[in-house]
Amino acid sequence: MDKTVEALVIGSGPAGMAAALALKENGINEILIVEREDAPGGILLQCIHNGFGLHRFNEELTGPEYAERYINLVKDKKIEILSGTCALDIVDDGDSKKAILLSEEKGLLEVSAKVVILAMGCRERNRGNIAIPGTRPAGIMTAGLAQKMVNKSGYIPGREIVILGSGDIGLIMARRLTLEGARVKAVVEIQSYPGGLNRNIVQCLNDFHIPLYLSHTITKISGDRRISSVEIAPLGESREPQNEKSFTLACDTLLLSVGLIPENELSLKAGVILDKVTGGPVVDSNLMTSVPGIFACGNVLQVHDLVDWVSEESAYCGKAAASYVRNGLLKGREIPVKPGNMVRYTLPAKVIAGTEAVISLRPMAPAQNMSIIAKAGEKILYKKKEKKIFPSIMLRFPVKDMPEDAGCIEVFFSAEDKK
Amino acid sequence: MKQELICINCPMGCNMEVEYDEKNIISVKGNTCKNGVKYAEKEVFNPERIVTTTVSISGASVPLLPVKTLGGIPKELCKKVVEAASAIQVCAPVRVGDIIIKNILDTGINLVASRSLDKA
Ligand SMILES: Cc1cc2nc3c(=O)[nH]c(=O)nc-3n(C[C@H](O)[C@H](O)[C@H](O)COP(=O)(O)OP(=O)(O)OC[C@H]3O[C@@H](n4cnc5c(N)ncnc54)[C@H](O)[C@@H]3O)c2cc1C
Ligand code: SF4
Repeated sequence: MDKTVEALVIGSGPAGMAAALALKENGINEILIVEREDAPGGILLQCIHNGFGLHRFNEELTGPEYAERYINLVKDKKIEILSGTCALDIVDDGDSKKAILLSEEKGLLEVSAKVVILAMGCRERNRGNIAIPGTRPAGIMTAGLAQKMVNKSGYIPGREIVILGSGDIGLIMARRLTLEGARVKAVVEIQSYPGGLNRNIVQCLNDFHIPLYLSHTITKISGDRRISSVEIAPLGESREPQNEKSFTLACDTLLLSVGLIPENELSLKAGVILDKVTGGPVVDSNLMTSVPGIFACGNVLQVHDLVDWVSEESAYCGKAAASYVRNGLLKGREIPVKPGNMVRYTLPAKVIAGTEAVISLRPMAPAQNMSIIAKAGEKILYKKKEKKIFPSIMLRFPVKDMPEDAGCIEVFFSAEDKK
Repeated sequence: MKQELICINCPMGCNMEVEYDEKNIISVKGNTCKNGVKYAEKEVFNPERIVTTTVSISGASVPLLPVKTLGGIPKELCKKVVEAASAIQVCAPVRVGDIIIKNILDTGINLVASRSLDKA
C-alpha cells in the first residue's frame, strides 16, 4: 500500500472540497482528495459567468471565485489534494477500501481508506445519446466543451451557431459567443418550456434578440466535412415533428445542451447500485451508497443547478462519513421515500428511522400555486406553498420526527385551493 | 406605461408587472422580495449588466485570466467591454480582485480578476 488514510475523496470540485472540509471539522485528520485535472476546482473554473454563491456567501460570485474560496479553505486546513491523478478502481479490502489511482507523476498508486466519498461530478449528453438523422460532419459539440474552449483556451468554435436544448449551459454559451462576435441564430427546445432558468432566458437570449423555438426539434443535419445547415420543425399535438412546416438555418456549428449525466463508471465498477431516474447512486439519508463505506455527493449523486446546494449536500455527506469512520454503520429501520404526484424523483431513497434527513426533489413539469408535502402515513412531516415550480429548480427541505412505525414517506405536490 | 419584466437578480426569476411614467416607477407587482423593485427601476430607466469575460495572461500555467466588472455596465456597452478586455494582456502573478482595467470605458466601474494565478 502506498498510502493509508481515513477518508479518500474523489474529485476536487465544490462537492469534494466541501465534503473534505466537513470531514476535517468532524475530527477526521487523514484525508486525501484526488483530482484528475492539473488544478482543483472542478467545472466551476470554466464557468466564468456570475450567479454562484448567493445562498452560501450572500453575494453573487463567478465560478472561479466560488472555487477559490473553497480552495483557500482546504489549503488553510492543510488537507492534501493530489492533482493530475485519476481514480481507476475501488475494491473492498477487509474493513477498508482500496483505491487504485493513476498519477501523471507517480504512476500507479494504491491507497487504503476507511471511507471513500464519490464527488466526480457529471458529464454532458452528446449526439450519441440523442438521435438526429443526417450526416456526421465536424462542428457539432456539447455546449460545455465549447465553454471550455472559449473560456480556458480562448478558441471560438464557430461564427454561425445553432443551439439544441435550452439547458443553462447552452443559454450561457449563447451570450458568451455573441459577446465574442459570433452569431447565435436560434436555440431549439423540444419541450414546451425552457430547460434553463428564467433569468438566463432574459439575460442570455432576450438581451441579444436570440430566438427560442419551444416545442421544436432539429430533424436533419447537413454538411460534408463541416456542418452547413440544420432543419428545424415544430412538434404537433402528438409530439411528432411536422416536416411540412420545417425551415432551414445555415450554420457552421451546432451546440448540444441536452442534459447532464452523473459520471458513475467508477461507482459501477465498485458495485454501487444506480438510480434509473437520477443516474446517480441510490443512497440512504446519510448519502451512503449501496456499498457500506462508499458515500456520494454533488453532481455525481444528482445533477444540481445551484452550486450552493452542492456545497450544502456535500458538507452533510462529509459529516455523515466522519461519523461512519468513528462509530461504524448506523443501524436502524429503513423507511423508503417515494415520489408521488408531479414529482420526478426524490432523494434519498430511504431514511433511517429516528434520524433527520434532507430530501431533494425535482418537479415533473412547471406549475403554479402548489404545495409540496411530505407525509408518513397520516402525519405531515413537511408542507410548504410554492408560488411557482420548475423542473429546472431543485427543491430541498429537512424532515425529522418520523413516526417509528411509518411504512414509507411520500413526497408529492398538491394544488393550493385559492383563497 | 406598463411593462412585463422578469427579475434576474436570483434563480427565482419572478415575473413582474411594472407601471411607470417618464421619470418614476408607479408600481411593481409579482416580485417576491424588494430586490425586484430595485431591479425594475434600473431595468426600465437604464438597464445594466455585470460583464464577465477573459483576458490573456502570460507567465501563468494557463493562457486566460477570467475577469468581471465590479458592478453593472450599461447594457449597450457590454460588447465593448469584452472587446476592450480582449485587446490587453497581463502578466502573472495576479490575485483575485486585482484591478485589470480601471474605470472601463469611462463607466466608473473597474474590471477585476476573478481568479488568482501564480507564476508558473
Ligand atoms: C456550464 C455550467 C454552468 C453552471 N452555472 C451555474 C450557475 O450559474 N450558478 C450555480 O450556482 N451553479 C451553476 N452550475 C452548477 C454547479 O457549478 C455544479 O453543480 C457544481 O460545480 C458541481 O460540483 P461537483 O463538485 O459535483 O462537480 P465538478 O465541479 O464537475 O467536479 C468533479 C471533479 O471530479 C474530477 N473527477 C471526475 N472523475 C474523476 C476520477 N475518476 N478521478 C479523479 N478525479 C475525477 C473532475 O475532474 C472534476 O474536477 C453550472 C454547471 C455547469 C456545468
Ligand atoms: S424579486 Fe427577489 S425573489 Fe424574485 S427574482 Fe428578484 S431577487 Fe429573486
